[in-house]
Amino acid sequence: MLDQRSQAAGSQTAAGLIAKIVVLAVVASLAAWAALPLIRAGAWWALAVEAAVVAIVFYTYLQRRAVPLKYLVPGTLLLITFQIIPVIMTIGTSFSNYGDGHRVDKDQAVEVIIAAGVQQTPDSATYLLAGGETTAGELALLLTDTADGSHWAGTEEGLTELGDVETDETGRITAADGYTVWDLEELNERQAELAELAVPTGADTGIRIQGLSAFEGTSTREYDADCDCITDSATGTVWTADDENGRFVTEDGEEALVGWRVGVGWDNYARLFTDAEMRSAFLGVFVWNLAFAAGSVLFTFALGLGAAMALNRPGMRGTKAYRAIMILPYAMPSFAMILVWAQMFNRDFGLVNELLGLNVNWFGETWAARAMALVTNTWLGFPYMFLICLGALQALPADSLEAAKIDGATGTTAFRKITLPLLLVSLTPLLISSFAFNFNNFNAIELLTGGNPFRAGDDVGGTDLLITYAFRQAFGSSTSDYGFASAVSMFIFLIVATISAIMFRTTRKQEEVFA
Amino acid sequence: MTRTSGPAAAEAMNDERKAALARRRRTTFSRWAADTGWRHLVTVAILVFALVPIVYVVSAAFNPNGTLSATSLLPDAFSLSSFERLFTDGNIPFARWFANSMVIAIPAAFISIFVSSLAAYAFSRFRFTGRRPMLLFLLLIQMFPSFLAVVALYLIFGAIGDHYPVAGLNTKLGLMLVYMGGALGVSTWLMKGFFDTIPKELDEAATIDGAGHAQIFFGMILPLAAPIIAISGILAFVGTMNDYILASLFLTDRGEMTLAVGLRTLVADNAPASYFGVFAAGALLTSVLTVTVFLSLQRYIVSGLTGGAVKG
Repeated sequence: MLDQRSQAAGSQTAAGLIAKIVVLAVVASLAAWAALPLIRAGAWWALAVEAAVVAIVFYTYLQRRAVPLKYLVPGTLLLITFQIIPVIMTIGTSFSNYGDGHRVDKDQAVEVIIAAGVQQTPDSATYLLAGGETTAGELALLLTDTADGSHWAGTEEGLTELGDVETDETGRITAADGYTVWDLEELNERQAELAELAVPTGADTGIRIQGLSAFEGTSTREYDADCDCITDSATGTVWTADDENGRFVTEDGEEALVGWRVGVGWDNYARLFTDAEMRSAFLGVFVWNLAFAAGSVLFTFALGLGAAMALNRPGMRGTKAYRAIMILPYAMPSFAMILVWAQMFNRDFGLVNELLGLNVNWFGETWAARAMALVTNTWLGFPYMFLICLGALQALPADSLEAAKIDGATGTTAFRKITLPLLLVSLTPLLISSFAFNFNNFNAIELLTGGNPFRAGDDVGGTDLLITYAFRQAFGSSTSDYGFASAVSMFIFLIVATISAIMFRTTRKQEEVFA
Repeated sequence: MTRTSGPAAAEAMNDERKAALARRRRTTFSRWAADTGWRHLVTVAILVFALVPIVYVVSAAFNPNGTLSATSLLPDAFSLSSFERLFTDGNIPFARWFANSMVIAIPAAFISIFVSSLAAYAFSRFRFTGRRPMLLFLLLIQMFPSFLAVVALYLIFGAIGDHYPVAGLNTKLGLMLVYMGGALGVSTWLMKGFFDTIPKELDEAATIDGAGHAQIFFGMILPLAAPIIAISGILAFVGTMNDYILASLFLTDRGEMTLAVGLRTLVADNAPASYFGVFAAGALLTSVLTVTVFLSLQRYIVSGLTGGAVKG
């Protein structure tokens, strides 16, 4: 009997076998496809990792003993690749100075500084210039060689030849795969940025721009490994490497254009607490962030519970229709409705001021803006609370309420002493996750106020959450300080994890009391 | 009671009955008011709050002028011009945005729910070393949602794009991969909770009948768990549709944008004033989809939100 069973469990249906073969064949061909670019680029480490992953997948589905593995491997691979590695990288970045001016490694930084000293000589190659960015947001020169018409893209890292490009009648590049090419207007606007870009092409040669064209020339600057410095023979300037901060500086402390990535230890975290101005701004954001999350949970819960109490009566007419309308705000796409609310709060033409006969500058005054954010978020969130409260109310043990009624508890007393505590026991985990969600509710602030109002000169807005603040530090129009933004991200994680841990512990205690 | 006779007495009796009746009616009304009436009042008040923005969007979408200043809560004119522009204006590739959102959100939701249900099955039905730590780890990693690692993701996908241009920044596939990365998490817990309620005896019976673990999972557990899977799928789908932070960073070409990123450009500070109506029309069309899904699955949503979560 036992033998039969284990035989049966081990047997496979034909369909199962075919499915397995198909899946493994797809994995194998995907792996082959993915290996080619890695071989071409000589990325042997990446290739080894890929081979290991494929080996794990094949082993998992060809063996028969470790059954749970078969179900866990797909999710775990996704989890490791797109969650755990990014988290580890975030931690790593938070200890570095990665960002504008510190994007490359030291050798590349040296090359760029040398290339920036390039002087035009009569026999220099010249190029037609278009400006643009790589998909990763790095500045790029898109060049057409005036001698042979070949097309090139140059960044801080060097020159690459372009395949398919579109050009205008003069031969200037107007579109290229993998690059955003600026139109003339944008090129004019951002010429200053481009003028600072130097594309290294050799040990002492590089490409620089001049007006709307670019030239390749020989640099007057030279790197000397002995003194770890760069000397410009034309001007006599000497930049010495500052390995701690990842930059070259002259004796008078003037910084060279480009630095490199180095670890800066706890500097990014320390900046949050040591710089007096930063500390008070950061503290303000933090307190408002807490208040926003707590307020959102409180208001949505209060409103949702009110609605659920009102509708929680068997035999009441119209409950179905009421409920269907009540969850509409939850069913509408939230990003769109936040944008609608933003328009409704428009000072001059918005509905809110018009209906209430107010003339409040919702986006210009901190407290008005904060009230606006809470109203909007309450609207977005209360139907969810309504749904879960209704579900929880209907699941309440009828005998406790009955007993309370017999003991003479009515109305508010029964609610306060019986219903609410019982509800909280079952709903606290959901309230905690709601808090964690709202603590990082990027959309609710970014799409509504964008952090406004800003006081002149401040980079912290009155309604900024930590997450919107961090995002702006990394991808804002004026700065991109990945290291600092990552440090703020880590900080957010620590706060949310701590608060959740504390709350989960207290709920467990509560459950023991009421169980 | 004194006995009287004649029509006068009859009249008095009549009066008495009338008064009693009126009294009873008054008590039933006040009882109704105390019992149910206030419920209607509170509900209607909340519904007004819930409906104002929605009515406003509808009004704005059908407003012939399309500007914010010309829009009021209740429409005073009717026109489909905003909808027309949504599909004809070359600067507003709404149909492509819509298609992009679907192309990204539907496979991402489908795959992540499938992967998540696989893991939930393992956690629910098998006992293996590292089971508890893994479950706890899933709880912890939820505190670190993928958008917190947005800088790292941006850098990673920049590097991926160098080797595989199809999955780098500014590609739909890249964004989809990020969304799928969060597959294991809340929904795994939710589904594990539900799978736990399916009696193990069923598995045993199936095993005796000769079914392997794969047949049990695909043939029995998945169909039985259909409601919770539908809910998790819808929540994942809607969550992906609503994402702005990652989508805005990953997709910068106008034609590649999702609805969230694209529609926002219509109400940006530098957008023409008349785009507000077009935006409202687009928002309304997007809503039709999500609202239909939600209302048709309302029943499951309520049980899905509370059931699995409360069980934790």
